[in-house]
Amino acid sequence: MSSNQQDLKTLVERPYEHGFVTDIEADTLPPGLDENVIRQISQKKNEPQFLLDWRLKAYRHWLTMTEPKWAKLHHKRIDYQQISYYSAPKQDKDAPKSLDEVDPKLLETYEKLGIPLHERAKLAGVAVDAVFDSVSVATTFKDKLAEAGVIFSSFSEAAQTHPELIKEYLGSVVPYRDNFFATLNSAVFTDGSFVYIPKGVRCPMELSTYFRINEAKTGQFERTLIIAEEGSYVSYLEGCTAPQRDENQLHAAVVELIAQGDAEIKYSTIQNWYPGDEEGRGGIYNFVTKRGDCRGANSKISWTQVEAGSAITWKYPSCILRGDNSVGEFYSVAVTNNRQQADTGTKMIHIGRNTRSTIISKGIAAGRAQNSYRGLVKMYPTAENARNYSQCDSLLMGDKSAAHTFPYMEIKNPTAVVEHEATTSKIGDDQLFYCRQRGLSEEDAINMIVNGFCKDVFRELPMEFAVEAQALMNVSLEGAVG
Amino acid sequence: MLLNISNLHVSVEGHEIIKGLDLEVGAGEVHAVMGPNGSGKSTLALTLAGRDNCAISAGSISYLDQDLTGLTPEERATAGIFLGFQYPVEIPGVNNVYLLKAALNARRKNLGEPEMDAIEFLRLIKEKAKLMQMDQSFLNRAVNEGFSGGEKKRNEIFQMAVLEPTLAILDETDSGLDIDAMKVVANGVNSQRNGERAFLLITHYQRLLDYIEPDFVHVLVDGRIVRSGDKTLAHDLEAHGYDGLLAAAANS
Repeated sequence: MSSNQQDLKTLVERPYEHGFVTDIEADTLPPGLDENVIRQISQKKNEPQFLLDWRLKAYRHWLTMTEPKWAKLHHKRIDYQQISYYSAPKQDKDAPKSLDEVDPKLLETYEKLGIPLHERAKLAGVAVDAVFDSVSVATTFKDKLAEAGVIFSSFSEAAQTHPELIKEYLGSVVPYRDNFFATLNSAVFTDGSFVYIPKGVRCPMELSTYFRINEAKTGQFERTLIIAEEGSYVSYLEGCTAPQRDENQLHAAVVELIAQGDAEIKYSTIQNWYPGDEEGRGGIYNFVTKRGDCRGANSKISWTQVEAGSAITWKYPSCILRGDNSVGEFYSVAVTNNRQQADTGTKMIHIGRNTRSTIISKGIAAGRAQNSYRGLVKMYPTAENARNYSQCDSLLMGDKSAAHTFPYMEIKNPTAVVEHEATTSKIGDDQLFYCRQRGLSEEDAINMIVNGFCKDVFRELPMEFAVEAQALMNVSLEGAVG
Repeated sequence: MLLNISNLHVSVEGHEIIKGLDLEVGAGEVHAVMGPNGSGKSTLALTLAGRDNCAISAGSISYLDQDLTGLTPEERATAGIFLGFQYPVEIPGVNNVYLLKAALNARRKNLGEPEMDAIEFLRLIKEKAKLMQMDQSFLNRAVNEGFSGGEKKRNEIFQMAVLEPTLAILDETDSGLDIDAMKVVANGVNSQRNGERAFLLITHYQRLLDYIEPDFVHVLVDGRIVRSGDKTLAHDLEAHGYDGLLAAAANS
């Protein structure tokens, strides 16, 4: 392989593709956090009083909390007073009513990221909500969705137009006291997406949100709430990118999903925040709380995630299987290269009878990266005949990376069945040589082997995004074997 | 001359395994290389394919009048060198056909041919699978995953039949095969013989040569070819064993 060392070196040093900064005038709050900052955020968004009250309750509770230390992650202390909690591109007083009124620089940013907000969006047939720093800049296809009775808007807008829904559901899955980062989010969240699917409606198109961090020294704290009424269906995808900077930036999001009886929510994530450079300088600290509540009987929530970016990933998308016969699924690919660290997994909380859950986790560690799977399967005494199947596979590249698996199980019902399988393997020289002997380049061989390893997860992604996920995987691991 | 190996010395992990080997293979010829365990047969095969842990300390290998030693494994493969592995590796999640299509198109690119379209490709692999008496379902499984030893070997010959190499090196393809599987493998190889394609059959036993008739037989002992001859040499070897040859090599 020595003949390829130079090539590999060039590839490793290839910059992060989405690392550019959009030069746009921004309305940014100075760094620091106190009640006054929270009041200003709430005021800027013209929120109803109950939301401000909720934020302040969360903030006061947050002051009593300390950062969790149990994850297998090491990072610099986060100074919460050095972060700006609000940044928005300056715009004319009235919010843009259509894409034509959106600042062209913003549209250009999303074009560069390969997220078409204009005509191409129509061809792709995917509705997009674009969140730039602390605000949503555009949501496409709103009218068409409205015909089906589907509400898809930014969270801030929903707070204006559907306060009753926000009041009823916000914090009903992830309470404001839940954990340090979720509580912080509850206090300072700025924007995110809101989805409501009425009873019996199958959402006519894929919904997606693209999150972009642009401003320096800001954090992004988005809040997403998806409600699927009885017998409805929705498939939702989020994507994330950020500029390349030497400093670490904090991203602490909360996602809440509610599936009523016979409803199904499919939630997919392609996370590609800036991961830092090969020495571990810079990169996003990604502390995210995602939880779905299968409230009704026969409901289903499926999480699929491809976690490729971020310096630190701390994330456990979970399902509370409350309704009888409800189903929870978690399909995950977490890839870490260079000095990236990921501690990710899921929690499947079985409460109802005949509830079923499936966990498929694929961790890939290259360079000096650390990759941990951490998962909890909990069977309540009420979970008669509940079933869980977990499979956690790790793939190591090179000899300086590490993979860890932390499965937790709490079984309180004797009829419950829990299965767990785990493997760790290395991309072998034998596999690489075999592919190369058949004529594939070393890079192509690695991509093929890694994509084969991730196949069980990729096939859960909506078609349009499976290709994107594969391409992302290839870029993330370029030059990982040397 | 298609392949010309001269005074080749190869070390693996600091141990010299091949100690001055000469071999010439012309287009269309079938050469059998036989020898006891540890004589360097597999090292020879891997060295020709470009395995990086086979370090060449002296000698030369030319292939189609080109110095082979500076080429990467993939460059050698796309130039028409195929290695049928002794222990084909499993690649979970990677479809057998997908790998083969990527391999075939890499080869075609090297020959300046356009990528084969999906329908034509499918027709080709169906035809070749039939030749190897392989079940269709076999094609859509992951590369070698859960294959029996015999299936893995058959898969190697199937890949060779699709890729149509200029020089096919088959490393102990017969080992671990029952007599029926061996006939299928031999049949696959024989159907690929033509005036152009050359074969290097590396084998421990003479029995494969009952089904694939070689033009030349070489006996490799302790990193050197100690005897070369026609197919009758294989029969002598069967009758007298390697011991006689080892003794002869020691005396020389």
